[in-house]
Amino acid sequence: MKAIVHVGLKPGVLDVQGKAVANALTGLGFGGVQEARVGKVIELELAHLTDREEARAQVTDMCEKLLANTVIESYRVEIAE
Amino acid sequence: MKSAVIVFPGSNCDRDAAVAIERVTGARAAMVWHQDQDLPAGTDFVLLPGGFSFGDYLRSGAMSARSPIMTAVRRHAERGGLVLGVCNGFQILTEARLLPGALMRNAGLRFVCREVSLEIANANTSFTRAYRAQRETAIPVAHADGRFFADDETLDRLEGEGRVVLRYLDNPNGSARDIAAVINDGGNVMGMMPHPERVSDPSLDRLSGWGVFQSLLEAA
Repeated sequence: MKAIVHVGLKPGVLDVQGKAVANALTGLGFGGVQEARVGKVIELELAHLTDREEARAQVTDMCEKLLANTVIESYRVEIAE
Repeated sequence: MKSAVIVFPGSNCDRDAAVAIERVTGARAAMVWHQDQDLPAGTDFVLLPGGFSFGDYLRSGAMSARSPIMTAVRRHAERGGLVLGVCNGFQILTEARLLPGALMRNAGLRFVCREVSLEIANANTSFTRAYRAQRETAIPVAHADGRFFADDETLDRLEGEGRVVLRYLDNPNGSARDIAAVINDGGNVMGMMPHPERVSDPSLDRLSGWGVFQSLLEAA
């Protein structure tokens, strides 16, 4: 089973990399980019797990313990096949 | 005073920290590998050094905060033992939730490596008492992820409780409220972005970091 974890800064937390990306896009002539937020995608291959809910619970635990810093980041877990 | 310096893969200020500790306290620091389970018996003071532990992968300090030795460091802190995190060590302490907040990418997006002027915001701590006769000092910083962030409520509490220990006079990284160092509510765990171990050698023209280790010697 495969899990995809999306980690991003919480709303309101200043994303200086996102700001630089938005500025660069504007500099390239792409108008109307009001904001860019840079996050991370972590793909996990999970062996020996067949139950989706069990997988979701385990990956959520991984997010709380390591993959995200919940002081500044939020996360979303996607369970693929 | 019995000191221990924790060595993570990618630490690079561990030796400098050990030399500074030995110079000031007169006793050699134990170098403790991050995979160890225990601190040497009778350890009074633990230093988490600067560097780029685990290559700053995922987030600065994220992996190190989950290293086996951190369980022992946490126990030591809970018993009231002294812990200082410098730079990457500060990042590790916030990731381990032994200190509040987080250290994020510098506002200017550049690595900043220079001496910074600091206000001694609280000279009544185990880490700063030797600075009580002065209001300012200057210590070098060297970091890309040094922008201290916490929510407003946490920042208000830190300020209200005198837990902001050092403040930048010319903020190099966009840290909230110019914060360069914070201490826990027990007063025994401090994190600072500036590197006191780099200015604690009498052969250099300045000794502005000496006071951190001198304070610890008096506290232990």
